Amino acid sequence: MSVEPRSSDSALIWARSLTKRFGDFVAVDAIDFDVAKGESFGFLGPNGAGKTSTMRMIGCVSPVSDGALEVLGQDPRRDGPSIRARIGVVPQQDTLDTELTVRENLVIYGRYFGMSRAECRRRADELLEFTQLTDRANDQVEPLSGGMKRRLTIGRALINEPDLLLLDEPTTGLDPQARHLLWDRLYRLKQRGVTLVLTTHYMDEAEQLCDRLVVMDKAKIVAEGSPRELIERYSTKEVTELRFPAGVQEALDGQLDGIAERVERLADRVLLYADDGEAASVAVHERGLRPETVLVRRSSLEDVFLRLTGRSLIE
Amino acid sequence: MAVMTRVVELRAMQYRRTFRASIFSSFLNPVLFLLAMGVGLGTYVDRSGSATQALGGLSYLQFLAPGLLAATTMQAAAFESMFPIMAGLTWQKVFHAMSATPITPRDIVVGNLVWIAIRLTTIAAIFTIVMALFGAAASPLIVLGIPAAVLTGMAFATPIAAFAATQRTPDKFNSIFRFGITPLFLFSGTFFPISNLPASIQPIAWLSPLWHGVELARALALGTIGQAPGLALVHVAVLASIFLAGSWWAFRTFAARLARG
Repeated sequence: MSVEPRSSDSALIWARSLTKRFGDFVAVDAIDFDVAKGESFGFLGPNGAGKTSTMRMIGCVSPVSDGALEVLGQDPRRDGPSIRARIGVVPQQDTLDTELTVRENLVIYGRYFGMSRAECRRRADELLEFTQLTDRANDQVEPLSGGMKRRLTIGRALINEPDLLLLDEPTTGLDPQARHLLWDRLYRLKQRGVTLVLTTHYMDEAEQLCDRLVVMDKAKIVAEGSPRELIERYSTKEVTELRFPAGVQEALDGQLDGIAERVERLADRVLLYADDGEAASVAVHERGLRPETVLVRRSSLEDVFLRLTGRSLIE
Repeated sequence: MAVMTRVVELRAMQYRRTFRASIFSSFLNPVLFLLAMGVGLGTYVDRSGSATQALGGLSYLQFLAPGLLAATTMQAAAFESMFPIMAGLTWQKVFHAMSATPITPRDIVVGNLVWIAIRLTTIAAIFTIVMALFGAAASPLIVLGIPAAVLTGMAFATPIAAFAATQRTPDKFNSIFRFGITPLFLFSGTFFPISNLPASIQPIAWLSPLWHGVELARALALGTIGQAPGLALVHVAVLASIFLAGSWWAFRTFAARLARG
């Protein structure tokens, strides 16, 4: 396989035709992407799109099946340990040691990087502060809430002051308050210049955290850009959501044609894509249709995904 | 080399939290066993002339103790290479967390094996001290029974750890104990000489890795190793070969498992 030479030295991650296979199953199918230093980059897609497999190759724990990958200017096939020394990983599952305390989890993790005990303790105290876990430092891990465990996992990933932080589904399963607290911490890291690479199937998370993202579906990248660019390119400014009484939606049959640039029928509602959502909803009423609820909102990445794949992100 | 010590450090840190629970199973239990069987039952055995003859004039305690030393380390090794490995790879996944750092799957295997060897050494040393206190040690060479017992344990630890890395539930661990460890414990010359078994079964006992460990530990404890040094070398070679083959297998299964996630 011929692979083009590296284009830019500023890229922290550079992938060309990157492929991951498990037997006959292709989890990642020849994808290309670059991540620049200081950037916050996201993989958005539903479960099973290949996001985690891509992250595990970047993290040098899962061998590349085909194609080219460079991380921090090095080759994961050859330089795994030295790449891993400079990255932080927040895996999908927390993988915390429940036999140790909160603080011990941080200290031992620093030891894995070969840091001295004194250095590990100093960093652990800083990170307890940063992740707002100082008052739980000597507690066992098990009784912590999901959000606290997640914060501890993020703190753990920062122990070696990584150049690159990989976050796989950082807020999946957390309640809204815990998610916002986590986003706030990640936003601070971003401001400090840490390069973030994250996967998510939450479009609001991608919009909040990512400067740039790729949309993945069925092992391939289907679109790439900033959240705003993607919305401009693949959706209208506004969306009008109509919910009809049971049975009515199925019988609509062409009555909404021409009202909007595009009409999407989902199982439980109809989406009208138009730059002026109010005007679209007025037009619906003028045609004598009486939806139970009408919601006009701005387009989101969810709409981009729907347009690109014909499916919702979370099903 | 230096990297794998970080794995040992984790295991030691974990152990500090759980060692109270392990004192009973790894130290007290084997010692109680030795006293009940060796001293209690031994008193009856020693009264029987035919038994004394079969044991070559030894007291039953002297005969039993080194065999029990090897068998105890085997049991501890089997346990230590099942559940902590399953915890690290499947339950808490701390070995996966490690493999995201400069630590390699090979370091994780070696670090765990070193930790198991340390555990087995303490268990065997304490057992040996108790043996000496009760007069079950016939020769100062008993000190070398400790590495012999550890080698026996490690010959079980490496293949069992390799197997544990392929499992996602502990379901088959019970079978290993039921159909492997327990029969070996009983029929490898630990409690009675295998010459007491029917002649047709005796060669099967020679296939038991534990039998090699028991014979080696006994030859050292009784000081009879000089009578058949070649045989002792065979025992060491068998145990070392199993240990090395098991290590090679463990490198493969751990690497595959950690890559797969």
